[in-house]
Amino acid sequence: MADSEVPTVIADDAHVVYRVYGSNTSASNTPLASFKRIITGKRPSAVREVHAVKGVSFAAYRGEAIGLIGSNGSGKSTLLRAIAGLLPVERGAIYAAGQPSLLGVNAALMNDLSGERNVVLGCLAMGMSPAEVRAQTDDIIKFSGINDRGDFSSLPMRTYSSGMSARLRFSIAAAKKHDVLLIDEALATGDAKFRRRSEQRVRDLRAEAGTVFLVSHSEQSIRDTCERCIWLESGTIRGDGPTEEVLKEYEAFMRK
Amino acid sequence: MAQTAVADTGTKKSLRELARRHGLSSAGALPSLPNYTRQLWSYRHFIAAYANARVTSALGKTRLGMVWQVLTPLINAAVYYVIFGVILGTRGGIDNFIAYLCTGVFIYGFTQNTVQAGIQAITGNMGLIRALHFPRASLPISVTLVEVRNVLASMVVLIAIVLFDGEPITVEWLLIIPILLLQAMFNAGLALGAARLGAKITDLKQLVPFVMRFWMYGSAVLYPVTRFTDALHGWKLTLVEANPLLVFIELMRHALMEDVPLAGTPTRLWIEAVVWAIVVGVSGYVYFWRGEKGYGRG
Repeated sequence: MADSEVPTVIADDAHVVYRVYGSNTSASNTPLASFKRIITGKRPSAVREVHAVKGVSFAAYRGEAIGLIGSNGSGKSTLLRAIAGLLPVERGAIYAAGQPSLLGVNAALMNDLSGERNVVLGCLAMGMSPAEVRAQTDDIIKFSGINDRGDFSSLPMRTYSSGMSARLRFSIAAAKKHDVLLIDEALATGDAKFRRRSEQRVRDLRAEAGTVFLVSHSEQSIRDTCERCIWLESGTIRGDGPTEEVLKEYEAFMRK
Repeated sequence: MAQTAVADTGTKKSLRELARRHGLSSAGALPSLPNYTRQLWSYRHFIAAYANARVTSALGKTRLGMVWQVLTPLINAAVYYVIFGVILGTRGGIDNFIAYLCTGVFIYGFTQNTVQAGIQAITGNMGLIRALHFPRASLPISVTLVEVRNVLASMVVLIAIVLFDGEPITVEWLLIIPILLLQAMFNAGLALGAARLGAKITDLKQLVPFVMRFWMYGSAVLYPVTRFTDALHGWKLTLVEANPLLVFIELMRHALMEDVPLAGTPTRLWIEAVVWAIVVGVSGYVYFWRGEKGYGRG
């Protein structure tokens, strides 16, 4: 490791555990069964722990774009959330320079509010000042393209199609500059036209950001944007290195 | 290009060392209390916007919309008027019993609604918490702000009722503002505490309605406070009279109405109100702050 390189994110044997409530099966979901559990002192089956990330270690450096790959449920999104500090680490530690921002398409907004008010709310939640929000609102709505077919920005978000609301969410999240940018499947949203626009925006953000993490199932977008790749499988790292090498192993694994 | 750093014991120490050398901070580190307060202050616009959004979103689907903010307390008061004023004709030795009753119901409702919304402030917003970065105390505080808005609408209705009941307007009415401020601080502390407890113990939500009802009967909401002084003595009376909700309700009655029987002298009530507001407000805030990093876990 060259000393001249500046690390921006370091994961040191990080474990992330989710607690899920209300996952009982119907057989154990009777008052009698619950009572028995309390008497016998067994852990209630209603609370289940999901060990999503099991001891991940890596160091990311300034100027790198890192792709995270792995099959569904391998812990990619969870790892991103832990890097962003949104999920606590159970064991080990994750260190970061500044505040990493997660750019996800599942940022929960309020469905009963108009698109425009959601833009304001989302920007304020990202820590923008009211003046910045006022200056950016129109650009964000224009970028999202929700007004392409009539004035949708003043309608409640529950009236939007899923593609439209995903586009609006992405546009809100991409409106801010970030030191460390974590992108979760964002490029997969919207139609081809919006995808081109959002890929350009991600490249711009990457130029400004120190480090970019990208979670995607599209090998093409990983190849286009990332030179390094981390392959996660069931919460552990199976490969970490130049994109081409890791993708080759990954493809071989997936074909089995 | 960075070398591959896989999980083995050899790299473990060097990673921590590397992070320390370049001044990286741990993602799970708790900010200091002054820093956290500063962060929260910089998010004040978000807190206000979120409170507004909650009101709009709750009433947005109704035809009457914002009119419900005034209509809800009005109907609430009408129910009590019909039961206690028309059917039962309760007076309990108090002039203007309806005004007396409505003051109790509205002031109690302010705290009750804040606690009930506060306990879900974290669990009900998991999506927001797992997606965005902001001081989590914004959520219970904006819940408190929503209820402040509601209680202000209730106060308009209450003032109309009190005037209609024949009470004169006096300078003492200005005391409404400090009373509501102190109660809002008290409520914010409760909401913060309830939010963290509710996130940790999900069963608590089921118990809160019973706790709140128990509290209501101990706060002389539906009957005059003299019932307590007549029936209780010793430590039981001291306990009941130190009840913060009783204190706030008594102060509000004292401010709005002439000749109401009080549980203590106004000076004593004011001191109790200030002490409760500071103790509960500050300890609720500190308790919530200590759990800041764990709220995303669910």
